[in-house]
Amino acid sequence: MSDRLAVRKTYKLYLGGRFPRSESGRTYEVTDSRGRFVANAAWASRKDARDAVVAARGAFTGWSAATAYNRGQVLYRVAEVMEGRAAQFAEEVAAGEGLSTTKARAAVDAAIDRWVWYAGWTDKLASVLGGTNPVAGPFFDFSVPEPTGVVAVLAPQRSSLLGLVSVLAPVLATGCTAVVVSSKARPLPAITLGEVLATSDVPGGVVNLLTGDAAEIGPWLAEHADVDGIDLAGSGTTAMELERSAAGTLKRVLRTTAEEPDWTADPGLSRMTPFLETKTVWHPIGV
Amino acid sequence: MMLGVTPDGSTALDPAAPGTATAPATVRTPDAFADVTRSDAAFRAFLHGLPGVDQVGAQARAAQLGTRSIKTTAKAWAIDTAISMVDLTTLEGADTPGKVRSLAAKARRPDPTDPGCPAVAAVCVYGDLAGVARDALAGTGVHTAAVATAFPSGRASRAVKLADVADAVANGADEIDMVIDRGAFLAGRYLDVFEEVVAVKEACGTAHLKVILETGELRTYDAVRRASWLAMLAGGDFIKTSTGKVSPAATLPVCLVMLEAVRDFRAATGVQIGVKPAGGIKTTKDAVKHLVMINEVVGADWLSPDWFRFGASSLLNDLLLQRQKLRTGHYSGPDHVSVD
Amino acid sequence: MTSMFEYAPAPESRSIVDVRSSYGLFVDGEFTAGQGTPLPTVNPATEEVLSEIAVASDADVDRAVRAARRAFTRVWGPMRPADRGKYLFRIARLLQERAREFAVLETLDNGKPITESRDVDVPLAAAHFFYHAGWADKLDHVGLGAAPRPLGVAGQVIPWNFPLMMLAWKVAPALAAGNTVVLKPAETTSLTALLFAEVCQQADLPPGVVNIVTGAGDTGRAVVEHPDVDKVAFTGSTEVGKQIARGVAGTSKKLSLELGGKAANIVFDDAPVDQAVEGIVRGIFFNQGHVCCAGSRLLVQESVHDEVIASLQRRVGTLRVGDPLDKNTDIGAINSAEQLARIQELVAIGEAEGAHRWQPAGDLPSKGWWFKPTVFTDVSTAHRIARDEVFGPVLSVLTFRTPDEAVAKANNSTYGLSAGIWSEKGSRILSIAHQLRAGVVWANTFNQFDPTSPFGGYKQSGYGREGGRLGLRAYLEESS
Repeated sequence: MSDRLAVRKTYKLYLGGRFPRSESGRTYEVTDSRGRFVANAAWASRKDARDAVVAARGAFTGWSAATAYNRGQVLYRVAEVMEGRAAQFAEEVAAGEGLSTTKARAAVDAAIDRWVWYAGWTDKLASVLGGTNPVAGPFFDFSVPEPTGVVAVLAPQRSSLLGLVSVLAPVLATGCTAVVVSSKARPLPAITLGEVLATSDVPGGVVNLLTGDAAEIGPWLAEHADVDGIDLAGSGTTAMELERSAAGTLKRVLRTTAEEPDWTADPGLSRMTPFLETKTVWHPIGV
Repeated sequence: MMLGVTPDGSTALDPAAPGTATAPATVRTPDAFADVTRSDAAFRAFLHGLPGVDQVGAQARAAQLGTRSIKTTAKAWAIDTAISMVDLTTLEGADTPGKVRSLAAKARRPDPTDPGCPAVAAVCVYGDLAGVARDALAGTGVHTAAVATAFPSGRASRAVKLADVADAVANGADEIDMVIDRGAFLAGRYLDVFEEVVAVKEACGTAHLKVILETGELRTYDAVRRASWLAMLAGGDFIKTSTGKVSPAATLPVCLVMLEAVRDFRAATGVQIGVKPAGGIKTTKDAVKHLVMINEVVGADWLSPDWFRFGASSLLNDLLLQRQKLRTGHYSGPDHVSVD
Repeated sequence: MTSMFEYAPAPESRSIVDVRSSYGLFVDGEFTAGQGTPLPTVNPATEEVLSEIAVASDADVDRAVRAARRAFTRVWGPMRPADRGKYLFRIARLLQERAREFAVLETLDNGKPITESRDVDVPLAAAHFFYHAGWADKLDHVGLGAAPRPLGVAGQVIPWNFPLMMLAWKVAPALAAGNTVVLKPAETTSLTALLFAEVCQQADLPPGVVNIVTGAGDTGRAVVEHPDVDKVAFTGSTEVGKQIARGVAGTSKKLSLELGGKAANIVFDDAPVDQAVEGIVRGIFFNQGHVCCAGSRLLVQESVHDEVIASLQRRVGTLRVGDPLDKNTDIGAINSAEQLARIQELVAIGEAEGAHRWQPAGDLPSKGWWFKPTVFTDVSTAHRIARDEVFGPVLSVLTFRTPDEAVAKANNSTYGLSAGIWSEKGSRILSIAHQLRAGVVWANTFNQFDPTSPFGGYKQSGYGREGGRLGLRAYLEESS
């Protein structure tokens, strides 16, 4: 062990491609699984959430209009950068989730692999979910999946990296942009992921990561008229109330389960289809 | 320019006075469009700048109009109107003066058992028989129409076509049905086609000119709309779908596109042009669908033989059978109308 | 100029339909009385009371849901998929055989022109059953893995604008996927649903597979809130849709919503003008404008505005408003006095806000509920008639100068159900179609429907799709 005094990191929000503190000036104490102080994390406020939605909306036009191939490349690049940060992720996951080094590393590997899996989906969705429709008339008719817009993601409270990746990557693969509220008690992998995103090719605003309390920010996001969808994964006991709030603007809602699912299981399309719209286009066939 | 235009903006043709109408012998290309024919390029740009026609939409509209249900008094009116619009036609190599005289007799009195039955609009024959028709129709108000310009193909030199026209007029035709040069049109030589129509119009003198587009060879509705404008700008009094020698001949969507063209032309210039579908219209139902289309697309101004004609032969007998059915209340049969 | 060609009346005979003086609920294969106070159902073209329909109480709805559950568990769920398909084929054929009867009854009860019920509603309803019948034994191919499972009992609530067609859109996929249904038709237009119940009997459909509970909002609420309903499908207003979404929150019920719209119909200066005018007319005046996907906002490029509006006015002047049973009627009656009042209110607001109202000349029938086809010009995006769904024959005309402006104005709505594009330029159509936030984009056509073609909205026009493989998936889940 070196006797060098470590330089500690200040954990901030990741918002619009930048790393601001919370506009509220609030922080909260993050401890490891045994209760030891690890860091002071930014405690995002409803106004940070508001700013994050603005950033996500601003980024939606470009991200959704990018070619599926391009989105796939950008997302794959994220996995590459994650791989280089694997040790840091593993350390944070181990501390936060109380896992052994081996198990933490396995969770990180699974998270990176999950990200790669979603990166490969971007240019398959349209052919799997869309197609031509053989209508009974002289028309060419086709349906394509399109991203719904800005999605609020309440990340799982327990699985701080694999769970986070499992809910965020599908949203990005569809072409949506995201406002994520991290696990409250285990926020550090989310901020490190923000640093990964900032140093890969993901445009600013496509992902906005807020550390803090989903129970506090969730209702603002569920009611926000410029949020198109919400993933309730980490909403816990507030899920029903948030779903009711989301009904006020008819958001696309991905419900959660009472117990956190096994994030290593194959998710299929189940986390992407809720945030995809289907557009059907008709045109006459004539000369 | 634009002589014979009535105060309401339509050109008057008096069907009762053939040859004495006020239609001018000069080309009446309206002022507003005078310069579109100044060059091949300008004319092409103009014709290609006309709004496109979506085939599916046009056909759907025609089909929708075809579902109108015309009953009782409306049907009776429609049948009489349709009879009065018929250009009773015979265009066969085997035509003889006797055949033409027989047709003329039928044209004057389509239903010998009913003096209330209107006469048809015209008898349409080849140019060499125009004199026979004119003599047989003298004093009846029924016009003599002759096809000309190397009908039906139009494949002859311009001199021959003009001579053909002059001959038909000299023989007594007061209406000339010419064919456009489809080859030139499809090759994009629009100005050639235009100039030929202008020349034919001059050769017609006081005779009315119907310009046959032969839409079955033009194939697209875009081309039909362009050809319609070309013919109207060149001075045609009527635009006509077909020779009857090419299939498809008259169809409802083609007629729709042509009606839209004459409607737009009048809106743009104040000059009203007639429309004549010809070939393939065989039943009363077909005829009534056309009348419905006139009524709803261009309006009642065109609901007269001055502005709309059916080029047909067997249609007349079906109209007569339906007319008898309406009059007597029971179905009639082919022996109750005359064979042609 | 008035026409010389006056079409004589051409009424479709109503003798083919035997309207009973009262109707019960259709529960467990039988017609039974409802516990609520019966409601009259009225011919909107004459205000004549056609019949009385039963009103289902909470207990009646419970009985229907229990019948549906029983049928799901014991009969319809375990049935060979191919046999389920055969029942649907039978129903499709019966609808075709009795098409004229359905068409006349729909027109009597709804007020829509007989040509529309005859040529659109009834054939499309039959087509939906025919299409979905074929899916019943091919569910492995809908994209949910092998042997996807039906959800169970579907509670379905449908509106009054396309009563039989909406029934088909709901019932056919639900049954094909192996669910059973409790369906509530709109209280002003229940008769064809009840005639459909007779068709189910003629098809020997097992009791309880289809249950029809009539009534008003309370009955509908009882259906969607019933705890033993697994799937809720609703077509209707955005307001009610939101209430339903709130109601199912926290449950495991699956929900699909097909709600309101305020579609932009965009006409570019290179449009095929005559067909565009037809498309505008079809877009807003089809079915009296009682169409959620109606093209109620015309966005026309400034350079062709005057020409398009002149053509449109000329064309609207030829529309024939009157007796819905007359085969020459283009615009029928407004479905209810209540809806007429809403249309009148929004039109008055439009005038008060400064838009210019135009209606063709002509008289309306003295009895019944009618509204003339109406075109508002000089409308701005801030006007309520440019934002609120009128659900009537009222068109708001706005202009644009560039494609970007057209897209921005088209998307400036809380709705996103449908849109139209008129242009002869293919690349422009594809670009605009891509940018529009709407579930159905009709390019150089409008208001086309087909059972193979997914239909449904973005934003507050709802979620989920009806039609095609995607529509079927809304009634299934992966079997894992």
